Formats: sequence, structure tokens, C-alpha cells
Amino acid sequence: MTAETPALLRVRDLKTYFVTEHGKGTARAVDEVSFDLYPGETLGIVGESGCGKTVTSLSILRLIPEPPGHILPGSLIEFEGRNLLALPAPELRAVRGNQIAMIFQEPMTSLNPVFTVGDQIAEAAIIHQHLSRAAARARAIEMLRLVGIPDPEERVDHYPHQLSGGMRQRVMIAMALVCHPKVLIADEPTTALDVTIQAQILELLDRLQQELGMAVLLITHDLGVVAGHADRVVVMYAGRVVETAKTDELFEHPLHPYTEGLLAAVPRIDALPARARLHAIPGQVPAATAWPTGCRFRPRCPHAWDKCLTEPPLLESGAPGHTARCWLVTEPERRQASR
Amino acid sequence: MTLGSWLALFVALIAAAETARALRQRGLKHERWRRFFRNRTTSWGLSILVFLVTIAIAAPLVAPLDPIVQPDPVHLKNLSPSWTFILGTDVFSRDVWSRIVYGARVSLGIGALGALVAVSLGTVVGAVAGYYGRRVDAVLMRGVDVGLALPRIFILLMAVALWDGLPFVTLALAIGLTSWFGTSRLVRAEVLSLQQRDFVVAARALGAGDGRVIFRHVLPNAAAPIIVSAALGIGNVLLLEASLSFLGIGVAPPRPSWGNMIADGASSLYTAPWTTLFPGLAISLVVMSLNAVADGLRDALDPREEAM
Repeated sequence: MTAETPALLRVRDLKTYFVTEHGKGTARAVDEVSFDLYPGETLGIVGESGCGKTVTSLSILRLIPEPPGHILPGSLIEFEGRNLLALPAPELRAVRGNQIAMIFQEPMTSLNPVFTVGDQIAEAAIIHQHLSRAAARARAIEMLRLVGIPDPEERVDHYPHQLSGGMRQRVMIAMALVCHPKVLIADEPTTALDVTIQAQILELLDRLQQELGMAVLLITHDLGVVAGHADRVVVMYAGRVVETAKTDELFEHPLHPYTEGLLAAVPRIDALPARARLHAIPGQVPAATAWPTGCRFRPRCPHAWDKCLTEPPLLESGAPGHTARCWLVTEPERRQASR
Repeated sequence: MTLGSWLALFVALIAAAETARALRQRGLKHERWRRFFRNRTTSWGLSILVFLVTIAIAAPLVAPLDPIVQPDPVHLKNLSPSWTFILGTDVFSRDVWSRIVYGARVSLGIGALGALVAVSLGTVVGAVAGYYGRRVDAVLMRGVDVGLALPRIFILLMAVALWDGLPFVTLALAIGLTSWFGTSRLVRAEVLSLQQRDFVVAARALGAGDGRVIFRHVLPNAAAPIIVSAALGIGNVLLLEASLSFLGIGVAPPRPSWGNMIADGASSLYTAPWTTLFPGLAISLVVMSLNAVADGLRDALDPREEAM
């Protein structure tokens, strides 16, 4: 994670826009997003619903439905020196599931109901490694064991509806990891699960990451998840990266008012007084078709002043490896003034 | 009726009942087939279909007389049902029962082949239109609109006019090629909704290509409506064949089909109603049985019942 190791995945100025129905406008779902993912690390991407996290992750594998979506020219998604956005379809398919794999939010709907879990786990191995049916089945059993499913020899022939939500998410993880990818994109892997299962799944991901040495892009809206499992964090708001930092640094010294708001909104068992209202960021994420001018967080920001209305802030560096998209970084005295 | 053909008929009946019973017995072990047999009428429909298919295959054993040769058009014409001719004879003195048995081969054959062609074509066109969307979809679906707007009988009349005495397979193909429009719309709608599903996106994220996504992930999930439409399609094709034969452009006489048997008997409807009644009954029986079986299939294949 030092500057010397080259990034495994480089995302630069990614713009994914959606043309809305009846030409009412363009939803700029992801707008100039840049980040790096280094080998072996876990990078958390956090933000509210609608801030572009999922679109970013889908864009990496070019899974955005086109139309209505399109990734604008000038965007760059570089994996091991190759621009994924310029790859022809067959080469792109050779990357998907093989080098970069993805797990989805809803284990209930992300498995094909008409095939056994064994068939589905084996699929990637059959596609990419041309394994025989028997070998693929053996691999599926091995994967089920790896993700901690009891009686894998029996479970391999079960259908998704015979498994619980946590089991299905384990199956999803097994499917994604069959070819030992270098990057795993986990899009809200635990959102649909209850808390105890959530912890198990995250532990499993941590363990597999250690064993297989892959990089994980962990997308979540849960700062608790990020705190325990990510090395670095990218905070997104309104289609943009607003802050990037190492996890500890972000939690101790958040620079962006949005990050501060998110941190303050996490319920704490030791908070005083005991019956205090939970902090909330006022307002909601504006529509992606009409982002506010200037700073996109301005309408909800407690510190905003006239400069924020006219000039969109740039990503400024507050500390080494810590950047934020806020004028407060360059004019910290304003923070005191508004308090 | 000779002793041999009575025996063969008896064996066919037993075989049909026994097959249905055996299937039911085996099926009860599987949740899915338990749902299939949940309805009594489905079992009945299945037995009737098995029976008719059996006698169609074993026609030379079950039919006591030749279906085409006219033994004595003067003395043996339009005889009412008796022990010798259990369903009577027609205007050309041919045994109605024997003609129904041989007609089952033709009618069921055309039904099955026509439905197969229609459903395959409809599935492929619907899947391609739904999956690729946009221009492909627009072109294909406007084509389907045209196909649905033209009266089918009219298209078939034109097709049939090009041939003299249409061969059996060609007739089945012609019917199949004009019967796939409804299925393609059905499949397109299914594909449109299925390809938005998470598991389809997940399959693409694993590196599956278009063909694999369509045939392994999308279509198997649309199997239920496709199979049901195939079962109903056989009945529709059968009815269409009957109408065409009745109009004299379907199966060429003297070869018996249930449709042209009705056509032959139409002129003596008052004097010899059995010549039209029994083939008509056969058609109704098959269509009703197919409907019952389609209902059972719908219950058995409905994924919404899967979790229960």
C-alpha cells in the first residue's frame, strides 16, 4: 500500500451518465471518480444510497446497461496496465469472473433459481478454465468447503431456494472466487443479511483475502463495516469522491463535512445523554439529473459560504494520503467561524 | 371388429392407464410432480393422451380394417355403430374407428410437429428480440405484428396454393411457421423482465457470453410459460389442421385425418351423424386433455410455488 507498489486497478475521471426517459435530462450518476486499488488491500467505498457507489462498481466490469447508461470517453479504468473500457468484448469476458469478480447485494435474487449451486459455482471454472464437468464439480465442492458451508458434497446438489440467506451469500462468494481473481468487488455484501450473519460473512471475506491474496473493493453504506475491514476509504457523495484517506485517519480526522455528518450519524452505545436524538445530516441526496452548482454538498452543509455556491471545490490534500473535496481544507479558519 | 383388434384396444387402454399410474406413483416422490398430479383432471388428460398416442403408434394392430380401401360403397355405406363397425361406417363404406385410429397418426403428428416448429421459432425470435432490444426488437416485433394481423387461414391458403396435395411434413411446417407469433411475444416479455434480474447480471459478471446468458440463464427461467404454450399450441395446431382439412386444403384424402373425416361426413350430418361426431369428439378430447396437462404443467413449473 505504499506509493512504490503499482496500483492493480486505477480508476481515473470515471463518468457514467444515464439518459433518463423521454429526454428529461442526463443523470450524472458517477462524475469524475478517481481512485486506486493496490494489490492485497481492502478499499472501502462509502456513501448514502444514490451517491454512485454501485454504478461505479458496475462500470469497472462494464456491466452498466447501455442504453440508457454510458461511460463517457476520457474515463479510464486500468487493470494491470490495460484499459478495460477499450477492451474488445471477448477479452473483457476473459477478465470478468477470472481476474475481477463481483458479489452482489441480494443473495436471494443473485442466484439462478433453476440450477443447483454446484452448477453455478462451477460455471466460471467451465467458462475460463475449460474444466470438465467432473473436475468442475469437484472444484465446486472444494469452494463450498472453502467458504465454510457444512456438508459440501451434499449441498453442491441443492437449489438456491433450499439455502438460507447467509448460505446463499457464501455461495455467491464461492462463485466469485472460483478462478482466484485478483480483485473482488463486493457490492454491499452484507446489507441484506442480519447482523450476526453479516459479521460471519465479513470475517469470511477477510480470511479469504488473506488466503488468496486478492484486493477487495468493499462497497457499503455502513461505516461500521468499513471501520473493521477496510485499509483505506473512499467517501462518495453525489457521484463524486469527496474524501479519501486511510481508515484510521478518516475516523480520527475527517476533513469533509459530509464525512463528519456520516460519522456523527453512527449510533453509539456509549453516547451521552442516553436518550439523545441520533444525529442526522439535514436534507437528502439531490437528484442526479440536477446536482447543485458549486459544491454538491452545499445545500446540506453546515459550513457553506458564498464561495461554495459558485466554485466547485477540488480534491485538496489535507495530510499525506488524505484528500478531501472541500474549501475548508484550504480555508480551515472558516470552520471555526461557522460554529 | 376382430378379436385381435379388441385385444389390442384393450391392451392400449390398460397400457395408458398403467403408464399414467406409474408416472403418478414415481412422481409423488418429487415435489414438482406432486404439484403436477395434484389435480385429478391432469391425470385424466395424461391418460387420454397416452392412450391416443399408443393407438396411433400401434394403429395396424388396433384398427380392424384398412382406413382407405372402400369395401362396398353401396351396401356398407353410412352404417350406424354395431359390433362389426363399432363407430359405424362413413359415406364411402370405410370403418370410422379404423380411420380415427389412423387419423390419430396424422392429426397428432401434425399437431406435435407444428407446435414444435412454432414454439422453437417463437422462443428464438422472442429471446433475441427481448435480449438485444432496441432496433432488433423493433424490427422483429413489427414483423410479429404483421404476422398477427394477417388472418392465418389466408396465409396458409397462399402457402397451400403453391403445392398440389401438400405433403404431411410440409403442411406441419406451414402451420408451424404461421403459429409462432404469440409465443414470441410471450417469450420476449419474459426475457425482458428476466434480464433485469440480479442473477443475469451476476452471470455476465462471471464472464458469460450472450449465448450462454440467453440459453443457460434466461430461457430456463422462462421454461414454464414456454412449455405451457407448447402444450396449448399442439391443441391449436390440431384445430387449425382440422379447419384446413375441412376446407379441403389440409391433409389430402383418402388419407384420413380427423379434420378431413369431419369434412367427408358433413354432407351426411343428418343421416349418419357418427361420421362427424366421433372424429369431432377425438379432437375435443385431445384439446381438453392438453389443456388439463398444460394446467398441471403450469402448477408444476411455477417457480413461485417452488419455495413451498
